[in-house]
Amino acid sequence: MKNTTVRVAGAQGFWGDWLEAPYRQLVGGPVDYLMLDYLAEVTMSIMQKQKSRDPALGYAKDFIPLMERILPELVARKVKVTTNAGGVNPRACAEAVAAAARKLGLAGKLIIGVVTGDDLLGRLDQLLAAGHALANLDTGRPLSDVRSKIRSANAYLGAAPVVDALRQGADIVITGRVTDTGLTLGPLMHEFGWRADDWDRLAAGTVAGHTIECGAQASGGNDLADWGRVPDLANVGYPIVEARADGTFAIVKHPRTGGKISVAGVTEQLVYEMGDPHSYITPDCVADFTSIRLKQKGKDRVEFSEIKGKPATDKYKVSCAYFYGYKAVGTLVYAWPDAYRKARAADQILRKRMKDLGLSFEAVLTEFVGVDATHGPLAGPPAPDLAEVQLRVGVRAPDQAPVERFTREIAPLILNGPPTVTGFAGGRPKPEEIVAYWPALLDKREVTASVDLVRV
Amino acid sequence: MKKRSKAVLVPLVEIAHARSGDKGDTANVGLIARKAEHYPVLVREVTAARVRRHFKGIITGPVERFELPNLRALNFLLHGALDGGGTISLKTDAQGKVFSTALLRLRIKVPSSR
Repeated sequence: MKNTTVRVAGAQGFWGDWLEAPYRQLVGGPVDYLMLDYLAEVTMSIMQKQKSRDPALGYAKDFIPLMERILPELVARKVKVTTNAGGVNPRACAEAVAAAARKLGLAGKLIIGVVTGDDLLGRLDQLLAAGHALANLDTGRPLSDVRSKIRSANAYLGAAPVVDALRQGADIVITGRVTDTGLTLGPLMHEFGWRADDWDRLAAGTVAGHTIECGAQASGGNDLADWGRVPDLANVGYPIVEARADGTFAIVKHPRTGGKISVAGVTEQLVYEMGDPHSYITPDCVADFTSIRLKQKGKDRVEFSEIKGKPATDKYKVSCAYFYGYKAVGTLVYAWPDAYRKARAADQILRKRMKDLGLSFEAVLTEFVGVDATHGPLAGPPAPDLAEVQLRVGVRAPDQAPVERFTREIAPLILNGPPTVTGFAGGRPKPEEIVAYWPALLDKREVTASVDLVRV
Repeated sequence: MKKRSKAVLVPLVEIAHARSGDKGDTANVGLIARKAEHYPVLVREVTAARVRRHFKGIITGPVERFELPNLRALNFLLHGALDGGGTISLKTDAQGKVFSTALLRLRIKVPSSR
């Protein structure tokens, strides 16, 4: 056994997370790994689009300047990185990081591991022809229904190829669609030598990964339990897994940072985006969230123990993105007096005009921000004297034309609708292409992950 | 038979906290008792049927409930909650982020000795 504890620091919870977090996690105290999660369900299709325009793109571009900033410290402190910033082009991402490292004079000092094999876009027809329906997990429809509209298709790989890359000596592991949890579990399997069928420990590493995969959501951010009492969020410390070989671990944060690590806050993160808690399915194992024991062990330290796991399934989850149609959202702000009445009147006028124009939509949704946009009818009747109400109307259609026409019907209401209206400084709303998510399953034997190394 | 104690109507927000999120067109709400003695109250009062009624007119599908006594939490899956979900949805809350406090508006019977 190489180490008694291993510290994996959550440093990005999504593409667009706080740019300061990775540097702070690196220099704020001892860590062994930085884990940066970039990929949400439809991120891959955005990256695929970028790659189709420029074959050197298709990854999280923010990752490169971020690495430029931390690379010298990373090398000096011998801290490793696991990230799925590679998107649909992990190799190009690795080359860009390598180029940045060479510019910083780090030639010969870094090995980058590149994990591929998740991208199924080029093999879809072959898979369908071989009888893999890739049916939508939510609706049951076969993928062939939308085959011509598919923009990206990726299997969610697990921790195994991350472990492979680390074993081959990688300091930075850049992957495509590897699960968020695999990026944390991989380092723990590698460091502790956990076997691929040690289900309880794999489940523990998976729970650890789930806890830190949304960044500060586990350390005081978005914390409903006691948000008014969470100290110094401006300086929030992101969560760190402090793991031991037996599968127990603590969630902590660096000293002299803001935020809070509490049982209540960590519990909120555990139930976040949860399905059946008995079966949290990943490519690596099936974790049982009803087995987790939590204990506050002093300030900003929550201990996890007794986590149980079950064998992994024989399927990979596959995430496809397909073209669905178009949408647009228009907003206007109505001021006191009678703000809500004016906003409702404007909505009626808008709907009448769209009907008279013969525009046909799959959906038209009106919300009144300040009245019902977040909780609908549960919010009850609005106060009679609201200072303002935002009218927010969204439309969706298979074709662009009616959506485009809708976007031209908002501004006229300022001069030819109800009075005391403002808030149109952003200009006409833009029709937006909808690329929707198609979850499916695929036999694991159809997918082969591979690892290669880029030496800086 | 257990003696019936007096009960008072309390909004969930006083005895529980929550976090919600999305999976496709399904919102999940994890409901967590602030004190251990309130977990059995949540189990008894906040049934899947009750939650389905609470969200009437807001969600189109069924509600599933799972129990996590170890975290004194209940997990609810609210199907058909997000106008198609993800990128399809026209809702402000397309990702179900504030279904948490929408559930915490529910008023339930709590023993008055609390």
